[in-house]
Amino acid sequence: MASEVNTGFLLDKRLDSIATDILRPVGISKGFLVWMGFLLVSLSGCIYAYYIQWDKGLIVTGLRDYVSWGMYIANFIFFVATSLVGMLISSVLGLMGFKWVKPIARIAEIIAVAFAAVAGLVIVSDMGRPERLPYVFMYGRIQSPILWDVTVVTTYLVLSTLLYFIPLIPDLAISKGRMGHTPKWLQSTYEVLSVNWSHTPQQYKILLKSVRILLIVIIPTAFAIHTVTSWLLAVTLRPGWDSSIFGPYFLTGAFVAGSAAVVIMMYFVRTNYKLDKYLTLYHFDMMGKLLVLVSLVYLYFNINEFLVPAFKLKTADAIHLKELFVGEYASMFWSVQLLGLIFPIILLLFKFFRKPLPMFIISVVVLIAAWFKRYLIVVPTQQNPFLPKQYVPDAWMVYQPTVIETAITMGTILLAVIIITVLFKLFPVIPIWEMAEEQCENDHKSQE
Amino acid sequence: MSNNNNSTDDRINSEGEDKNSRRAFFKNFGLIGAVAAAGGAAIYSGYKYEESKPNHDMVKVLTADNRLVEVPRDQIKDIKLDTSELQRKGREGLKGHRFVMVIDLSKCRNARKCISACQGAHHLRPYEYHINTLVMQESPETAPYYMPKPCQHCDNPPCVAVCPVNATFKRQDGIVLIDNERCIGCRFCIAACPYSARLFHWEEPLMSEADKGKPYNIELNVPQKKGTVTKCLFSSDRLREGKLPYCVSACPNGVYYFGDENQDAVTNGTTKETYRLSELLRVNGGYHLMPELGTKPRVFYLPPKNRLFEFKDTRDQDKEKI
Repeated sequence: MASEVNTGFLLDKRLDSIATDILRPVGISKGFLVWMGFLLVSLSGCIYAYYIQWDKGLIVTGLRDYVSWGMYIANFIFFVATSLVGMLISSVLGLMGFKWVKPIARIAEIIAVAFAAVAGLVIVSDMGRPERLPYVFMYGRIQSPILWDVTVVTTYLVLSTLLYFIPLIPDLAISKGRMGHTPKWLQSTYEVLSVNWSHTPQQYKILLKSVRILLIVIIPTAFAIHTVTSWLLAVTLRPGWDSSIFGPYFLTGAFVAGSAAVVIMMYFVRTNYKLDKYLTLYHFDMMGKLLVLVSLVYLYFNINEFLVPAFKLKTADAIHLKELFVGEYASMFWSVQLLGLIFPIILLLFKFFRKPLPMFIISVVVLIAAWFKRYLIVVPTQQNPFLPKQYVPDAWMVYQPTVIETAITMGTILLAVIIITVLFKLFPVIPIWEMAEEQCENDHKSQE
Repeated sequence: MSNNNNSTDDRINSEGEDKNSRRAFFKNFGLIGAVAAAGGAAIYSGYKYEESKPNHDMVKVLTADNRLVEVPRDQIKDIKLDTSELQRKGREGLKGHRFVMVIDLSKCRNARKCISACQGAHHLRPYEYHINTLVMQESPETAPYYMPKPCQHCDNPPCVAVCPVNATFKRQDGIVLIDNERCIGCRFCIAACPYSARLFHWEEPLMSEADKGKPYNIELNVPQKKGTVTKCLFSSDRLREGKLPYCVSACPNGVYYFGDENQDAVTNGTTKETYRLSELLRVNGGYHLMPELGTKPRVFYLPPKNRLFEFKDTRDQDKEKI
């Protein structure tokens, strides 16, 4: 990110057309209302499922004493993982000076905010005594990784929200007066949120400085959230979790899931909002290459995670790996590894597959595979404890998620989608001022 | 007395000074009156004090730290053991003890009496185990045997390390307990325990209706609570009374020894004979379960050698009881 903003773009005629383009989809449309109605009705069904769980206890799930962490924890890890992409796109690539991330950065931040915000709720859905959540703050023991997780996830959420909001302020100010097609309350919301922004060079200077600080601070925070999340499993003695590379293994996996989520949203913005002028084939091409890169790094950690114990075959590791490779979870395991990792890497090496539609399809598959990957990390390990499972009801031997459990999990996903929908539809999804500034800058360069 | 005084006065005032002797009489009379009044008041207040004082019928009482003391009978007050008092005592533990259990695998015939005694005391369902007996076989060539498996009460407990709210804790006497008034139900401890020793109340506990309103005894973990973790407590409520744990006393086959590492003594729950712990472990080759994990258990096992009975796998028949 440049250290100074040339506010000349504000006088440029093209600002008008850019603003018009980007603001066209903003507002309450019929499609939005139908979609939100659908989401909210579905969500209320999921909330009812949670009410049943609240009332009857976790007996309504497939969880029992052996597999006592299941879909909820897998879902939690998936949420934290996906939210990490905000840091990757805005901070890592942004600070390295890659200009092509500019129109994508806000999409990535929205995904970060939505998934980090809901992650906290996901973990509450797994608690046997959710009403005792305040105990974590009242009686918290700093030795417990859960406390570290609560701290860093909250910090990450705050930083991501700031990183979404601060660069949005100039856009809100630009949008004022160009929002004739939207309802009054939305216009006054813009008025309030734009905090009297008046586009002075001084203001832009402060904005750039604070964003830069946030971009730097969020890198260790993001590393921390997913590393600590991996430690929830890695600090135990169980085969399959007892691994020293779980931190980087989770982190690199997170970038795969998050990049896929960004591509899905990019495709949506490009086709539905007709913003193909801003999210060009070039952007998809670059995201495709990024997806290959992060997938290759993740593949490297997968090889480490599975090949090394498979070579030694310690008793407990052998049982665990057999279950994954040829046992009960083999079909899920190989589908996830092939569809979610190997095939995308191979396909995306070809330029044809880095076009929007193929990219979109591949990313949907990658994201679904990423969810099941977390399921495979969480569940099979507990299926095979050190000591034999005996003298328990048959239902306790194998974990089978129930409908209620699945509905609650769907509910958390719906909630994230609702947040994403609101932020996508009510606020400019591509930074107007950055686009305009970039065009002016390009003109200067070409003139020189 | 006054007469005597008068005569003394007379002798002193020999010249018969009437006025003087009358004055002296009144003076003395007043003094005596004052003394008498004061004395009376003192006696009366003393009587009143004695009346208000409790009678000194003394009773011998054994305090919690094992001192024998005497207290007046009527000063004894019944303290209602409420949840917080039980929690305070339960978290403190029994001073000066380091409890250990020794399980002799050569004697276990899977009578499962330990299990039912435990489940009865702790209000658990037939498939909810603080202690369970497992069929073990190290490899196809080695003989199968039965292994009772309670919580190992590790000295380096992985469950305690991960608890976010200090609900599960290690006491000074070596026992690992769980406070179900504190537990948030995250089940991190279940994930962390390599011995699968902990269980969770997925639904309303067996006797939650009957136990309603009872103060929570942390050393018995009753009333059990939905949405919280429960586990073997080494029957710490029985240890407080100087008794052996429920499972140990219930065993018909002499499998269990229980005692105090500090005293180097363990008592067999069936024969009630006491043995030297170090000697028992040395002679019989005592060992820990999965010592390579570094959990430092407080439960020892004696190997299943020289068994005088045939091993019968009764899992299928037992299953119907569950």
